Amino acid sequence: MTTIITKKPIIETVSNQPSKKAVYETKQLNLWYGSNHALKNIDLEIMENEVTAIIGPSGCGKSTYIKTLNRMVELVTSVKTSGEILYRGRNIFDQDYGVEELRTRVGMVFQKPNPFPKSIYDNVAYGPRIHGIKNKKILDEIVEKSLRGAAIWDEVKDRLNENAYSISGGQQQRICIARALAIEPDVILMDEPTSALDPISTLKVEELVQELKKDYSIIIVTHNMQQAARISDKTAFFLNGEVVEFDHTDTIFSNPSDKRTEDYISGRFG
Amino acid sequence: MRPSVQDMIAQSKGKKNKQMIEKIIPIILFLIASVSVLTSIGIVMTLIVETVTFFTRVPFLDFIFGTTWLPFSNKEAQFGILPLIVGTLKVTLIAVIVAVPIGISAAIYLSEYASENIRRVVKPILEVLAGVPTIVYGFFALTFVTPVLQAMFPEIKIFNAISPGIVVGIMIIPMIASLSEDAMSSVPKSIREGALAMGSTKFEVAWKITVPAALSGIIASVVLAVSRAIGETMIVSLAAGSTPRFDGDFTGSIQTMTAYIVQVSKGDAGYGTTIYYSIYAVGFTLFVFTMAMNILAGYVSKRFREEY
Repeated sequence: MTTIITKKPIIETVSNQPSKKAVYETKQLNLWYGSNHALKNIDLEIMENEVTAIIGPSGCGKSTYIKTLNRMVELVTSVKTSGEILYRGRNIFDQDYGVEELRTRVGMVFQKPNPFPKSIYDNVAYGPRIHGIKNKKILDEIVEKSLRGAAIWDEVKDRLNENAYSISGGQQQRICIARALAIEPDVILMDEPTSALDPISTLKVEELVQELKKDYSIIIVTHNMQQAARISDKTAFFLNGEVVEFDHTDTIFSNPSDKRTEDYISGRFG
Repeated sequence: MRPSVQDMIAQSKGKKNKQMIEKIIPIILFLIASVSVLTSIGIVMTLIVETVTFFTRVPFLDFIFGTTWLPFSNKEAQFGILPLIVGTLKVTLIAVIVAVPIGISAAIYLSEYASENIRRVVKPILEVLAGVPTIVYGFFALTFVTPVLQAMFPEIKIFNAISPGIVVGIMIIPMIASLSEDAMSSVPKSIREGALAMGSTKFEVAWKITVPAALSGIIASVVLAVSRAIGETMIVSLAAGSTPRFDGDFTGSIQTMTAYIVQVSKGDAGYGTTIYYSIYAVGFTLFVFTMAMNILAGYVSKRFREEY
């Protein structure tokens, strides 16, 4: 039953072999919520300008993992970690690694659209502003570029001063993507970005992800396997806090090496 | 064998009683609820009737634009309310200067920084402040704050606007802090996370996201607190003095609208004298002020609501 999944053009998987560098190297990462061992000995290498999908059943640790990459997971008190995550060669758990600095380089899009209760313009300009960009002309330019980048400029260009909550959920999610793009991050983390969206909005976001990977490295958590197959270059399958298999998406979906991966992607559980 | 449950239900007399009760209950509840509404109407009516009588003796314009309040003069009593309004505003102004920054800072701390445990302990304590009887605050102003102020600034008299202003401010801090904290806590966590994920510091999230999002609630809390300060009576009666004056001096004795009403009520102004009616006119003015503030609070919380 694995053949129903759309195949990606071969060229892409071939071209991504040689010169690419790793953005994230996760080494022996363990994470506990209190006494609950949520991530176990994770080893993953995430390459730049690729879309890496993380799939797995609910509670497998996929959201926890992506939130660890920008240390948002630390908002939960009682979180403990061991091991290391190197971002561009530097361990993000280092004492002197400022969490704000990390999050300025690594943007995030959440499960439910969470625009600020401000105008569309102010939402997108928020990031540049807090990081010290005040010039109105430059801000205008950044806002337009980000909204274009998130494929929503044409829909909102005449209503930039309206509250971001006055537009539809799918549009809000693309505003959130534009907001993340506005500080021109290196990596974009997406935590089930389409789970609260209708099919048409989902399609738009998926197309957008394809577009964005030219300039950004994208890590996307999804519970939708077809989505992972459609948009990602590599896929990691998480189960019970462990990485069962991590490989090219084509391989995972057509020729998985682990029985559990095969069972999951063929819909036998999860 | 016993009859079926459906038969027992059909035979039971409870049904009729239930219908009766259902008819009577709303009527009783309505009558009870009416009591408070009728009382309010009664109070306002009394105020209006006596105030109208007052204006048959003192011209309306003299009252609202007059700058001399000299009700006890035997020769030429004057009823210009501006000095009392100015007195009230002096105390309110100082109260606001004290309470708004402290109240909002406390709210930001409680909603954005304090751990769940700290909040659980601090918030009830803060609310206890709101339960201190105002007479206690009044003594606190007169016997503690005023001497301290006098030690620092000798030109301050025993009765002044600053000391009661500060204490009224302390009194309304819990109101601002508690209501503002409620408003800020109801800003969804997901919005804060969105801001943190952009590399914002905690303070940037508080100042640029949470406070603006909760602004309607914060402003409404301030307006309500100001309304409370305007109507505050005991503290100003004890510590502000009884000298109606139309000037900008905060260091000497003043008189507020509420303190005047107390002064007359506990004195021996005979029924039917102009002074007797004047307390209704002043009371009505006070009522207009606080009512305007309450309406403003309602308007503001609608107008500045940021949808989320």
